[in-house]
Amino acid sequence: MIDSPRGRVLRALTLVALIVLAAAFLFGGFVLLQYIQEFKILMTISAVIWGVGSVALLYHVLNHIAQTMPRKVRSVSVAIIFAGPAILILFWALILPTLRSLRLSFMDSTGSKFVFLDNYIFAFTDPIMLQSFRNNLLWMIFGTLSCVVLGIVIAVLVDKSRMERLIKSLIFMPMVISFVGAGVIWRFIYAYKGEGVNIADIGLLNAIVTSLGGQAQAWTLVPFWNNFFLIIIMVWLQTGYSMVIISSAIKAIPVSLNEAARVDGANAFQIFFSITIPTIMPTIVTVTTTILIFSLKLFDIVRVMTGGNYGTNVIANEFYERQFTRGQSGQASAIAIVLLVVIIPVLAYNLRQFKGRRTLR
Amino acid sequence: MLLCVIRNRVEEVGKVAKVLLKDIIKIYDGDVKAVDRANIEIQDKEFMVLVGPSGCGKTTVLRMIAGLEEISSGDLFIDSKRVNDEAPKDRDIAMVFQNYALYPHMSVYGNMQFGLRIRNFPKEEIHARVKEAAQILDIEELLDRKPKALSGGQRQRVAVGRAIVRKPKVFLFDEPLSNLDAKLRVQMRAEISSLHSRLQATMIYVTHDQTEAMTMGDRIVVMRSGIIQQIGTPLKLYNTPINRFVAGFIGSPPMNISPAGVSEQDGKIVVKEEGMTVVIPESREEVLRPYLGGKVLMGVRSEDLKFTNEPKESNLNAKVIVVEPLGNETHLYLETKDSQLIARTDSEHGFRVGERVDFTPEVKKIQFFDIETERSLLYSE
Repeated sequence: MIDSPRGRVLRALTLVALIVLAAAFLFGGFVLLQYIQEFKILMTISAVIWGVGSVALLYHVLNHIAQTMPRKVRSVSVAIIFAGPAILILFWALILPTLRSLRLSFMDSTGSKFVFLDNYIFAFTDPIMLQSFRNNLLWMIFGTLSCVVLGIVIAVLVDKSRMERLIKSLIFMPMVISFVGAGVIWRFIYAYKGEGVNIADIGLLNAIVTSLGGQAQAWTLVPFWNNFFLIIIMVWLQTGYSMVIISSAIKAIPVSLNEAARVDGANAFQIFFSITIPTIMPTIVTVTTTILIFSLKLFDIVRVMTGGNYGTNVIANEFYERQFTRGQSGQASAIAIVLLVVIIPVLAYNLRQFKGRRTLR
Repeated sequence: MLLCVIRNRVEEVGKVAKVLLKDIIKIYDGDVKAVDRANIEIQDKEFMVLVGPSGCGKTTVLRMIAGLEEISSGDLFIDSKRVNDEAPKDRDIAMVFQNYALYPHMSVYGNMQFGLRIRNFPKEEIHARVKEAAQILDIEELLDRKPKALSGGQRQRVAVGRAIVRKPKVFLFDEPLSNLDAKLRVQMRAEISSLHSRLQATMIYVTHDQTEAMTMGDRIVVMRSGIIQQIGTPLKLYNTPINRFVAGFIGSPPMNISPAGVSEQDGKIVVKEEGMTVVIPESREEVLRPYLGGKVLMGVRSEDLKFTNEPKESNLNAKVIVVEPLGNETHLYLETKDSQLIARTDSEHGFRVGERVDFTPEVKKIQFFDIETERSLLYSE
């Protein structure tokens, strides 16, 4: 740009014009929206255009202003303009609530009286909490292990088979069902109506069991084992995920690697354990930690299937129970913080894996 | 010290390994014939090179020998034992892959010992063999490194080392040098050749590079479209190619081949091409007589085109279009009315682009091929 006095005036004028235009657009849109409130569809469409347009315009104008600044200030201000809003929203929606929960976790149920560690003592001593911890441990170990092992086994078995696409789609399909939806489906599978005249069982599992000569059961009530019946639901949902990711990792192994191992004298099992598994280990770790986090914060399945009763309670459900049913915000916050503290190391490890893999490339 | 190591190795290997391919056919998906009736006899301790353009089936032949590819029909013998149905691990072969195929999660040592560990060799034996191979290949310093921390040439050595420690009957190489840069390729070429003479093992080597084939092979198999064209020593292929393809494929720059008319002049048979007239020596008259009045393909190697200062009717007169000075010699790209030729001259002449020059061919070394069948009129198997 020519830095003549005339040029400078011209630039200042454009800037002012832009700001005026932006202000007019923002205000005008607002007025317009109020004016057309009765025409719902029109309002929705204008709101979308206005919302997206305003953000774009805001960025554009701010960027324009930033570009006119001296070089040193410019790089900083551009960064603030583009990353600032996102960071602000992140702070407002994530960091602030976390800090607030932390504060609440030291307060009583009204959130006004400081009780220091009482809520944490509850969290680690209350029988229902201990049961939840045990159950979460079950979910973590058996749920995660089953998902990952099944994912690996299926990925290896179907690899290069003729039915690969069909089988993989079938196993991946549950992934698109929400946890609540899956809960409803599995309620029908585990359904038990009791015994008596005119009572017909509709549960799929009971149908199978009775046809094999067994006794119909209320599966979700069987002490301790009912946890596993719930875990199966997560395995059904999540195996597809681990299978797809692991399968793509297996496909990324060069064919010649397997061939080299075959020439070296390895049989199928030796190739699997000495070549395939170690080569895809980073992927397995990532998948495992991801599902681990899933099973730690698991809530929906338990909520829908048993509501946490019959010895199937988990930490997240107990948090929900305390906060929204009993109004014990202090205890609920303490549980939330405990959950957060447990998840952070897994999360950090997971992120480190991602980073490590990038540097490998 | 090094000599001592070499001598030890020679004594230890000592296995006799003849590889025999009898009417080997490979058919993919029911109708694509990748290899058609391949008959190859590879002698013990021989360095055999399979060469041909990409897609000619040379790698398929190698993979069938390795057992990585099923043989559709025919018999494969290693050391007079039919191995068609043997798994790769039972064939006592080792293979070096084009992309090295090193196990990325294992160290160099781990890579080299893998085959021995799988076969339950005692620890001390494994250690001794890996050390020895590392010494031969000069990679002792690298034993603890992971493949990703190695350069291309180093990876190549490790891949070769992994084969050496197994002390197999037959070494198979699948274009092992194609991923290396030009300078390293020349160096590794020499190293693999010297490795062959050290180990005294049977080696089968696949390449698309005719220079590699010529410089390394005891004998060469030239393949094209799944069919073996000719098998022979490098010089045999160079001097007595049995068809137009072998003549054009072996040798760099490639042989100049173009159609030429056969006629009789003063009682002698002459071949005319582009104003150049070649009087055929008596010994060759018999083979060309049937073509009188017709055409043949005439092939002249670039070094057999001699520059001449005496303009004559019978000379080849051509325009220089490109001059490639290589230092020791100069390649001239020549253009005549209908075709282009390449001539090798010594570098003193100082040819210029655009000037017209005269060449005469070395008559005794001219090759003739049937224009239809492209078979040599002079040589057969």
